[in-house]
Amino acid sequence: MQISGAQMVIEALIAEEVEVIFGYPGGAIMNVYDEIYKQNKFQHILSRHEQAAVHSAEGYAKKSGKVGVSLITSGPGFTNAVTGLADAYMDSIPMVVISGQVPMSLIGTDAFQEIDAVGISRSCTKHNYLVTDAADLPRVMKEAFYIASTGRPGPVHIDIPKDVTAQIAEFNYPKNISLDTYKPTTKGNVRQIKKAIDAIEKASRPLLYLGGGIINANATEQVREFASMCGIPAVETFMGRGVMGDSNPLRIGMLGMHGNYASNMAISECDLVIGIGVRFDDRVTGKLSEFAKNADIIHVDIDPASISKLVNAHYPIVGDVKNVVTEFIALAKNKIKSEKYVPWLDSIAKLDKLHPLSYKEDSDRIKPQWVVERIGELLGDDANISTDVGQHQMWTAQFYPFSRPRQFMSSGGLGTMGYGFPAAIGVKRADPSRTSINITGDGSILMNIQELMTSVIYKLPVINVILNNNYLGMVRQWQTLFYDDRKSETVLEEQPDFKMVSEGFGGIGYRVTTKEEFDAALKDAIEKDVVAMIEVIVDRDENVMPMVPAGGSLFNMMLPSNSTEGSK
Amino acid sequence: MQDNLHVERRVISVIVKNEASVLSRITDLFSGRGYNIESLTVAPVPDSEYSRLTIATSGSVRVIEQITKQLHKLIPVLRVYEHTDLVEKEMAMIKFPLNESLSDIETLCNVYNGKIVNVGKDVVIAMVADEPHRIGFFLEAIKRFNPKEIVRGGTVALER
Repeated sequence: MQISGAQMVIEALIAEEVEVIFGYPGGAIMNVYDEIYKQNKFQHILSRHEQAAVHSAEGYAKKSGKVGVSLITSGPGFTNAVTGLADAYMDSIPMVVISGQVPMSLIGTDAFQEIDAVGISRSCTKHNYLVTDAADLPRVMKEAFYIASTGRPGPVHIDIPKDVTAQIAEFNYPKNISLDTYKPTTKGNVRQIKKAIDAIEKASRPLLYLGGGIINANATEQVREFASMCGIPAVETFMGRGVMGDSNPLRIGMLGMHGNYASNMAISECDLVIGIGVRFDDRVTGKLSEFAKNADIIHVDIDPASISKLVNAHYPIVGDVKNVVTEFIALAKNKIKSEKYVPWLDSIAKLDKLHPLSYKEDSDRIKPQWVVERIGELLGDDANISTDVGQHQMWTAQFYPFSRPRQFMSSGGLGTMGYGFPAAIGVKRADPSRTSINITGDGSILMNIQELMTSVIYKLPVINVILNNNYLGMVRQWQTLFYDDRKSETVLEEQPDFKMVSEGFGGIGYRVTTKEEFDAALKDAIEKDVVAMIEVIVDRDENVMPMVPAGGSLFNMMLPSNSTEGSK
Repeated sequence: MQDNLHVERRVISVIVKNEASVLSRITDLFSGRGYNIESLTVAPVPDSEYSRLTIATSGSVRVIEQITKQLHKLIPVLRVYEHTDLVEKEMAMIKFPLNESLSDIETLCNVYNGKIVNVGKDVVIAMVADEPHRIGFFLEAIKRFNPKEIVRGGTVALER
C-alpha cells in the first residue's frame, strides 16, 4: 500500500505491537504527530520534557521486557533526549527513539532547530539511522526493533527528516529479518561450557557473580536453580539486584563500592568466579589487579566485547545467559556435589556475622536506611522500586528486600540524576497493579520534577519518597571523606516545600519527621492513589557504608563505626 | 591481564557495508575509546555492497583485542581481520623540482618499486609502492633532492 512516511511510522509501531509511547511534539515531527492524533491503536503519553519521555520509556521497557518507544522533535527535542539514550545504552535497555529532523533540503544549512542528531547519538546508541527515503522506512523500523531487542539490548535511534515523513511510498512491513552483518551468538560453545563445569567441580570456593544481563535474558529462574542445585553462594551486582531474591540463603549480598562486607570478602577469597551477565564495572571491581586475585574466572555474556575487557577470563563463554545456564544445569546434574561447598558457605556466614550490613538507630532523627527498610517491610513484593542517583540509591540497593527481577529500576551505568521519577511513571504504566515507588533525594527530585504533571494527567501515580538531608549527599560524603569536609556547592539549605509543589500540580504531599508520620503518610498515599511526595527529614550526616574508596581494593572497606550494633 | 602492556603495531582489515556514515562509526569508535589510528585507507570491495578498510593501529594485546571486538560490535561491520602474517604495502608520491638529477631519482625509485610518473614544466612527480617502513627509508633518502611535496597513501594489507 502507498502511504506517507508518517503513516509508516504508525503502522510499524502497530506491527511491533507497541501499546504505549512516550513523547513530545515539535515542528519537525508534526507529520507523525498528526497520524498519532488519527489513530487509537496505541497510547501516547505526553511527558513534560524529552529527557523524561526517554526515561519513562526506559522504565516501561525495563519493567515489561518490551522495547520502549519514544518520539521527539529535532534540535533541542533531540538534544534533551540524549541523556536518556546514553542512560539506556549504558544499562542495555531495549529502546527505539524516533526523532524528527529538518527537511532534507535544509540539512547542513544550520536551519531552525537543526542539529546533527545521528552524529551526536552515534556514540550513545547501539545503532542509529538517518532515513533519507520513505521507501527505506519499513526496513529501518523493522531493523531498529530487532537490533534493540536482540543480542545485548540497547537503544536504537531513528532520525527522520520532515519531508520524508510527508513522502508517499510503498509500505510492506517485513515479517522476518536477517542481517548479514549482525548475528549475535546466542548458543554458548559446548566445549567451553564443559570446561567451565569441570572447573566448578574442581573448585573448593566457587562464587556466582550475577549481573543485570540475567534480568535482560529472563534467566533468573535458571540461575536460581543452578545455584541451589550446586549449593554455590552468590553475590549480585547493583544491576543484578533481584536476581537471587533476598530471602535466598545462598545470596550473600551486593558487591562493589557499597557492597556488604561478606560479599566483598567472598569475591576476594574465592578460588573460582562464575560471572554471569556482568561486565566487571569499576564500581564493582575496585582495584583491578586485586579483584578476585585468587580465582580463575568463568565469564558468560552475550557481548563478546565484555569478555576479557578488564579482567582476563579463563573460561570465556559468549552466549545468551539463559541458554548457557540451562546447559550448565544439564551438565552439573549428578556431577557437582553441593555438600562440598558447605565449609565455604560457613566461612562466608562467619564473615557476615563479623560485619553485617548495618546502621545505627537514633531516637531523635529518622535514619535514611530505616525508611528504605520500612518501605520494604510494608510493601515488599507489592512495590516496584525506582531510584534517582546518590546516597538514597545505594541505601535502596543495600536495604530494600528485593524478591524478583525487574523490581528495581535504577540508573546504574550512567548514574543519571532525574531518572527515577519518569522511570517510575513508565513502570506504573507497565505494571499498574503494583505500587510504583521512587526513592529519591532532595537533590535528584528537582531534576525532572515537572513529571508531576504527567503522573497526574495520565493517572499513573508514583509515590516519591524524598530522603531529605539538605545536601547533595553522595558528593557531600566524598567531600567529608576525601576533601577535608569542604562542602563545595553541596549544601542545599533552601529547598522548596515539596508538599506544596506536589499539590500545585494536583498531587498530594507530606512532610514527615517521625516514624509514625512516615507510616501514616505512606498508607495514606497508597490509599489516595494519586502522585505523592513524601518528604522525609533524615539524619543529615549519615554516610553510605561500607565503602571502598574509588580505585581501592574490595577487601579494604571503610566500615560503619558501629557495625556490630545496628538493626540488621 | 595487567601482564601484557607491551605496545605493538597491528594492521586490522574491516569489511563494512557501503552506507552513509559508516566511516564515522569506525573513526568515532577509535576516538571515543582512546584508540590510536596510525593510518586508515578505504575503498569499495569490487562487485559487492561492501568496502574494505585497512587500519594500522597500535596498542597492548588487550587493547588490540578490544579494538577488534568493538569494531565487530558495530552493526554494519561484516568481518574484522587482525593480521599476524600479512603482505603490507603502501604507496607514496613525491614532487621534486625539475633541476634535481632525474636519473638519480629514477634509480632510487626503482629500488622501492617506483618510477617517475609525470614531468611538468617545473616539477617532476615520482611514485613508489613498498612496505610502510621501507617507504620511510625512501623518504629519508630522497631528502637530498629537495622534495617539494610528499603524499603517503596509507597502508593496505592482505593475509598471506
